[in-house]
Amino acid sequence: MSIQSPELNSPLSFECETGNYHTFCPISCVSWLYQKIEDSFFLVIGTKTCGYFLQNALGVMIFAEPRYAMAELEEADISAHLSDYVELKRLCQVIQKDRNPSVIFWIGTCTTEIIKMDLEGIAPKLEAELGIPIIVARANGLDYAFTQGEDTVLASLAQSCHPRIEKLSSSLDEKNSNPQLILFGSIPDPIVKDLSFELEQYGIKIGGWLPGKRYTQLPQLAEGDFVCGIHPYLSRTATTLMRRRKCRLIGAPFPIGPDGTKAWIEKICSVLNYPTPGLNEKEAKVWEQLQALITPLNSKSVFFMGDNLLEISLARFLIKCGMVVYEIGIPYLDKRYQAAELSLLEKTCAEKGQFVPVIVEKPDNYNQIDRIKDLQPDLVITGMANANPLEARGLRTKWSVEFTFAQIHGFQNAHTILELIGRPLRHMPKFDDFNQMEYATIR
Amino acid sequence: MKLAYWMYAGPAHIGTLRIATSFRDIHAIMHAPLGDDYFNVMRSMLERKRDFTPVTASVVDRHVLARGSQEKVIHNIHRKDKEENPSLILLTPTCTSSILQEDLQNFVNRASQDCNADVILADVNHYRVNEMQAADKTLEQIIRFYIQKAKKDNSLKLDKTPLPSVNLIGPCNLSFHHQHDLAELRRLLQDLNISINEIIPEGASVNNIQNLSKAWVNIVPYREIGRGAADFLFQEFNIPYTTISPIGVVETSRFIRQLEQLIVQQGYPCDFTKYIEIQTRFVSQSAWFSRSIDCQNLAGKTAVVFGDATHAAALTKILVKEMGVEVLLAGTYCKGEEEWFKEEVGNYTKQLLFTDDHHLVGDLIAKLEPSAIFGTQMERHIGKRLNIPCGVISAPVHIQNFPLSYRPFMGYEGSNQIADLIYNSFTLGMEDHLLELFGGHDTKDIIATSLSLGNSIEWDENANEELRKIPGFVRGKVKRNVEKFAKTNRLKKITIEVMYAAKQQESSNL
Repeated sequence: MSIQSPELNSPLSFECETGNYHTFCPISCVSWLYQKIEDSFFLVIGTKTCGYFLQNALGVMIFAEPRYAMAELEEADISAHLSDYVELKRLCQVIQKDRNPSVIFWIGTCTTEIIKMDLEGIAPKLEAELGIPIIVARANGLDYAFTQGEDTVLASLAQSCHPRIEKLSSSLDEKNSNPQLILFGSIPDPIVKDLSFELEQYGIKIGGWLPGKRYTQLPQLAEGDFVCGIHPYLSRTATTLMRRRKCRLIGAPFPIGPDGTKAWIEKICSVLNYPTPGLNEKEAKVWEQLQALITPLNSKSVFFMGDNLLEISLARFLIKCGMVVYEIGIPYLDKRYQAAELSLLEKTCAEKGQFVPVIVEKPDNYNQIDRIKDLQPDLVITGMANANPLEARGLRTKWSVEFTFAQIHGFQNAHTILELIGRPLRHMPKFDDFNQMEYATIR
Repeated sequence: MKLAYWMYAGPAHIGTLRIATSFRDIHAIMHAPLGDDYFNVMRSMLERKRDFTPVTASVVDRHVLARGSQEKVIHNIHRKDKEENPSLILLTPTCTSSILQEDLQNFVNRASQDCNADVILADVNHYRVNEMQAADKTLEQIIRFYIQKAKKDNSLKLDKTPLPSVNLIGPCNLSFHHQHDLAELRRLLQDLNISINEIIPEGASVNNIQNLSKAWVNIVPYREIGRGAADFLFQEFNIPYTTISPIGVVETSRFIRQLEQLIVQQGYPCDFTKYIEIQTRFVSQSAWFSRSIDCQNLAGKTAVVFGDATHAAALTKILVKEMGVEVLLAGTYCKGEEEWFKEEVGNYTKQLLFTDDHHLVGDLIAKLEPSAIFGTQMERHIGKRLNIPCGVISAPVHIQNFPLSYRPFMGYEGSNQIADLIYNSFTLGMEDHLLELFGGHDTKDIIATSLSLGNSIEWDENANEELRKIPGFVRGKVKRNVEKFAKTNRLKKITIEVMYAAKQQESSNL
């Protein structure tokens, strides 16, 4: 496998700060995963704090009878007066009766970690008793940030995929003569179709997606299968697929932006030995179509405060569009899993004659705001906690969470990213007399 | 364990943070894992605050789990002391720190030794109290701390103000319409010639706390938050307090009479009878409204009321006493207020409800089929599903309940606002019924059919399925665009590939 860390003499520089930054709790992944996996039910085993976050962060979704709920721990659970096993069995029976899902996901939280609730131990017993698969993922704020929640869920799912028995496996030494390509990462169905369509054009047949539309449609995995990620935050899933399932990881940049999408297709095709005639022309055409959105962004500067791990890919795409990136804040950077993306970033900077932005892992929001005040970037990509205060100080901001929920993958969706980026820069109300003012509180 | 989908009151630390961030010189440090600082998002989004929320986390991660926080909390306290220079740093425990059982008080003691700021530990237990109870406790704790401090260094102001004055205790961040209520109370008190001594905590400095003792009367406008502090000030300085919420014409006059009485008792003669009369007859439109023909239409209408204790009780009384609406059920999720609530509205409704289970509330509403609901954001959605109009009268709420325009619920202007809210909810319901009776607004369908006339393009099964997945409100537009694309390209059948091609062309036309 050709995963390398960036070279020692590379111009990339990495810093690590205090980790005092705003981000969503990783349990937020249930919001998009329950919609993606249509026959699932997500049970978040935690406290009122977790519940409060979910109901507020997910806004109106909560009123649509979602297929997720809290198993709210009470004092008796914490002090072990109640048996976790009995309690979870009771709740899962209710869920089974009311919703009849094909799978129940247990999302472990900070509290289940601290009181060391043995979810992984209880799950197989209950699974057998209730006759329903139970998958445990520890998406807690002690270890992970925001989108990494999906990573923990998919890593658990990867372990529970059934092995594929090859029908024609006659020879003993060649275990998997017919390796398949499995793509991992949760994206809405239209993009699944879209990306599959792109690869099919070059003759590649996709063996399955992790996750699929339904739990019952999980791809089967065999040793030697090829796997490739579509999100930058799926390093645990990648590791699980490689180590536990003996799959071969195709380390590619992520299909975000036309450059990323092209590089992603190219890498997959080259590993699988398929030629890609016309791919360059196709990419060029997409850039041409985007030109009207790109022109106004030229030489505008961006600062990523960092909270969802999409930052490197987005920064790379924006630099390619002619923007100047001052800083890439990111919660966590797996240099191995993101190696291809990092080197594409480096390449893009060289090509555009741009300095390579500093990558700040576990950033410190307080220090970042200091730097933002000095640098005065044209656009700060940040969480909602900082957006309004920054706007009040005359800076333009873009809410980073939107990039997680919008459809941004593939050739067709590059314009969505540019529209999101362009909106705060473009939509300046026309009354200039007011807009020059600062709106911070008078001291 | 409890299976829960939604909750009315948030966790304890939210209450503590609401109090801390309402003061202008407190910095709160949460002892919490990454992601628990969602409070900052809420304050910045819902209240549209211009300043950075003065809350940081001392992050609990794996290392803390393994070895304890050690110097981390102390370091964070020192750091914020230097960076932000607050008067008080409030260390806020969360559900996580509740079970870690670290000796946070010890960190506080050590950190305060070389801090400019005062440092205290919020005394709330996540598993015992909810958001409102925690807010009440924290406010009392902070006031107690600074009164005792002032006593120690003899800076306590013990003499009363020469003329009658009041403290407003409890209004804080993320409360329901509290900014507007405050403005209305200011106006009301000014009319009565009563000066406001201090408003705590909204916009106050902790240095104002030593002045609290100068007031004649304490007002707790919302009974959920502030009674603990008012009790303490009564014990300490013998300051009487009122918890009558001036919501609705009748209650506002009761509130004013109570104020009058508490002031007269302290030897200052005053008589607000005339004021109440003039306001009721001429300034507030609501008393006249309840006599008017419009309001007669409300006779025999039914309603269900649910919310926090303050607002649910007030609305029930307004509906029954001022509007003549029959309240089928009145309830609150503030279970601690059960006795008070029973006493206040027990006579005005057929059924009382004390629960924090929104399913139960929804089921009862479905069973009772009222003509309108007055509740929280949750009841609004229940109403949507059941096709019953709903006026939002209480937290928890969304951003649309943080209006820019002046929308008090308290005082005489508040009674006008509420009358509008009630009347609009019922007429909307009536209009809906009439529309249904006469077959609805019919123009939409006619236009749609005429547009699709002469449509001979066929959609294959896959494309049709794809089309159905597109959300309803844009589906028509997508369908028209794809068909237009097919027509211009002389295609007879629409397949998924055609849909993609159309989409691609559309995005290139942007």
